[in-house]
Amino acid sequence: MNSIIIAVIVLGGIAFVAAIVLYVCSKRFAVFEDPRIAQVNSLLPGANCGGCGFAGCKAMSEALVKESDKGSIENLSCPVGGTKVMSQVADLLGITVANGDPQVAVVRCDGTCTNRPRTSQYVGLRSCAAMNTCGSGETACGFGCLGCGDCVDACQFDAIHMNVETGLPVVDETKCIACGACSKLCPRHIIELRAKGPKNRRIYVSCVNRDKGAIAMKACKSACIGCGKCAKECKFEAITVEGNLSYIDFKKCRLCKKCVAVCPTKAIMAVNFPTPKNVEEKKEVEA
Amino acid sequence: MKIKTFSIGGIHPEENKLTHEVPTQVAPLPTQAIFPLSQHIGAPAKPVVKKGDQVKVGTLIAEAGGFVSAPIYSSVSGTVSKIDAAIDATGYRKPAIFINVEGDEWESSIDRSNNLELVRNHPELTPDEIIERIKNSGITGMGGAGFPTFIKLSPPPNTKPECVIINAVECEPYITADYRLMLEHSDEILIGLELLMKAAKVKRGFIGIETNKPAAIELFTHKCADVFDTTEYQVEVVPLQQRYPQGGEKQLVDAVIGRQVPAPPAIPVNVGAIVQNVGTVYAVYEAVMKRKPLFERYTTVTGKQLSKPTNYLVRMGTPIQLLIDLCGGMPEDDNKVLAGGPMMGKALISTEVPICKGTNAVTILSGDEARRQTPQPCIRCAKCVAVCPMGLEPYLLAKLSAHRDWEHAEHDGITSCIECGSCQFTCPAHRPILDNIRLGKSSVMNIIKLRQTK
Ligand code: SF4
Ligand code: SF4
Ligand code: SF4
Ligand code: SF4
Repeated sequence: MNSIIIAVIVLGGIAFVAAIVLYVCSKRFAVFEDPRIAQVNSLLPGANCGGCGFAGCKAMSEALVKESDKGSIENLSCPVGGTKVMSQVADLLGITVANGDPQVAVVRCDGTCTNRPRTSQYVGLRSCAAMNTCGSGETACGFGCLGCGDCVDACQFDAIHMNVETGLPVVDETKCIACGACSKLCPRHIIELRAKGPKNRRIYVSCVNRDKGAIAMKACKSACIGCGKCAKECKFEAITVEGNLSYIDFKKCRLCKKCVAVCPTKAIMAVNFPTPKNVEEKKEVEA
Repeated sequence: MKIKTFSIGGIHPEENKLTHEVPTQVAPLPTQAIFPLSQHIGAPAKPVVKKGDQVKVGTLIAEAGGFVSAPIYSSVSGTVSKIDAAIDATGYRKPAIFINVEGDEWESSIDRSNNLELVRNHPELTPDEIIERIKNSGITGMGGAGFPTFIKLSPPPNTKPECVIINAVECEPYITADYRLMLEHSDEILIGLELLMKAAKVKRGFIGIETNKPAAIELFTHKCADVFDTTEYQVEVVPLQQRYPQGGEKQLVDAVIGRQVPAPPAIPVNVGAIVQNVGTVYAVYEAVMKRKPLFERYTTVTGKQLSKPTNYLVRMGTPIQLLIDLCGGMPEDDNKVLAGGPMMGKALISTEVPICKGTNAVTILSGDEARRQTPQPCIRCAKCVAVCPMGLEPYLLAKLSAHRDWEHAEHDGITSCIECGSCQFTCPAHRPILDNIRLGKSSVMNIIKLRQTK
C-alpha cells in the first residue's frame, strides 16, 4: 500500500516538475511564425514538386512571404499553380504581379526510328544518364535523345511519355506545368522550356546535333545541318546559327512559318498550326 | 617461393589467353592514320601541324596541352590531310589529326639500330634528364588508364618513393600483349627498369607476374640475377597468384610489398611505391636510350570467333578494322568489339576507332558471350561485398546512385571504386551494379571538383 502511495507521489512529482519545465521552455523559446506563411501555403497546390526551386510548397511559402516584405515576388513563380495561384498569393500579400508567358517543355530531337536508324546496341542499365556516361548511344548521332526515358521518370505530373513507335518522348501539353524536372535530368540537354505561344502555337528547331552537315545528315534524316537558310529567311532576326546548329528565339519569333518551308531537312517543328491543304507539314505527334 | 596476392576481394574469370604462344607480328601501315588529341588523362594535346604539312615517323604533331597532358608524335610519314572530329573509344566525336600515309621515312634523330646499350654506360644521364626525355616522348601509362608517366616520377612533396614495381600482371582475360613483350624484349625492359629506378632515386625494384606466365617468371628471375648482380640495384621477381584485378595499382602494391594505399586522393607513392606497366617500361627504354617517342605499341587482337587471334606491334592511329582484317576478318555474329579486355574494356560503336596509347587489346566477344541476363531483385547474398577489392559495398553504392543520393554515395566511398567490375561479374541476380556505380562516381567526382574550385 505504502509503496503505491510513494510511487504515485514520486511519479506525480516528476510529472509536475516536467510540466513546469516544458511550460517555461515553450514560453521562453517560442518561435514566432508569420501567420501569412500558413495562409500562403494553403493557396499553393501542395504538389511539393520542387518546380519553383524550393524543397517543397512550405519552403516556397516562406520565401514568398519574405520576398513580399521586400516589395516584389516577381522572381518567384509556382509552375503548377501558374498565374492564377500567383495572383491569389499576390492579393493576399498585398502586392501585384506581372503575368509571365506560360511555358511548356519541348523535346528538341526528331530522331525517330525511321529518321535516325540504329547503328549499335546498348546492353547496359536502361537509363539515359548511364548510357550517356559510358557511350554515345545506339545511333550515329552523339547529341540526340537516348530514348531510355529518364525524363519520363522525372515527371511528377504524368506529362511526358515515350512514343513506342518513334522511340522519342512526347510532352502532353495539357498536363505539362513547366516545372523543368525533365529538362534538368536529361543528360543530353535536349528538353527546353519554351513559351507555349499564342493559341499554343510555337516553332522551334527540333535538333541539337552540332556535327557538320554531312555527318549530321548521315546520322539522322531530320538533323539540322546548319545551312542557315532559315536564318536568311527570317525577317525578325529570331534565328541564329552557331556551331552547325540553328536556334529560334521564341521571344522574337512571330510564327510566320517562313523558316519551316525552307528547311531542307525539315528540322523545324511548327506545332498546333492548322494543316493547310497540299502542303506537307510536320506536326508534333500527340500522345 | 611464396606466391603472393592482394588481401581482399577478387575474382577469377575464365582466362582465355588464346594468343599466349603467338609471337608478335608487325602490323602493316594503314593508308590513313588518325590521332585523337585526347589519348591520355588530363588536358587534350594541342596540334602543332596544319593541313598539308609533311611529317615523318616520330615528328611531333601535338604538344602537351597542360601540366597533366602528353605530346603526340606521328607514327607514320606522309601528309596531314585534316584536323577534324573523329570517333574515339568513348563513341563521341573528338578532335583528331588525320595523316595520309606515304612511305615510311623516320626522323633521323631516332636510333634504329639493334644494339643494346646499358644505362650503366651512360652515367652522364641525371634523373632529371631521364624524366625530361620521358616527358618529351609522350609516354603515358600503357596499361589502359593513360596517366602521363613523367608525373609519377616526380612525386608530390611529403612522399618518398622507396621502390619501383613493374606491373607485368596482365590479369585481364584474353590479353597477352605484355606477356609477349616480356618474352621478346626482356633485356630492354630491364634497362627500362633501371632507368626508372635511377629517375625515381630508389634502389629497389619488383616485377610482379601472375603464375599463369611461368616462362616469363623464369626468364626474368634469371636475367635479374645476371643483370643486377653487380649493381647497386636490387630487383626481385614476385610471382603472384592468378586473381583479378591484381593488375590494379593498389592491389599490386598490396600484393607485392604488403602495404595498403589509403583512399583517394592517396596514390601508391604515398606508401612508397611507383607502379609502371611493363609496356610503359619498354617505352621508357626506347625513349631514353633510342630517342624514340611513343608511337607504336604491343596490342593483342583476340576473340574466340576470330580465325587468327594475334599479338601485334602496331603503329598508333591504325584503325582497328585493319587489325581485325589481318586476323581473318570480323566473324559473322552480333559481335561486341572492345578496346581493351572483357573486364575493363570499352565497347566500341565503330571499328574505325584508331589504336591509341592505352589500347592494350582489341577483344571481339560473340553476341552470346556479351549478352546480359535480365536483372532480378537483389537477394542480399553479399557476394559483391565479398569480391570488391576496394572493400566497398557495391550493392549499396549502386542503390545510392540510382536514387541520386550523391552525399551518401560520397560518404560511402564511391570514389574509391576502381571500376573493375568484379561486383557485377559475380552478382547472381545479374544486377547492373557497376553501371549504376559508374554513373554515381562521375557525378560525385564532378561535385567534388566544383567544391574545390569554389
Ligand atoms: S529526352 Fe533526354 S531524358 Fe528523355 S529519353 Fe531522351 S535523352 Fe533521355
Ligand atoms: S534551314 Fe533547317 S537545316 Fe538549315 S540551319 Fe535552319 S533548321 Fe538547320
Ligand atoms: S567495380 Fe568498384 S565496387 Fe565493384 S568490385 Fe570493383 S571496385 Fe568494388
Ligand atoms: S551480389 Fe547481387 S544479389 Fe548479391 S548482394 Fe550484391 S547486388 Fe545483391
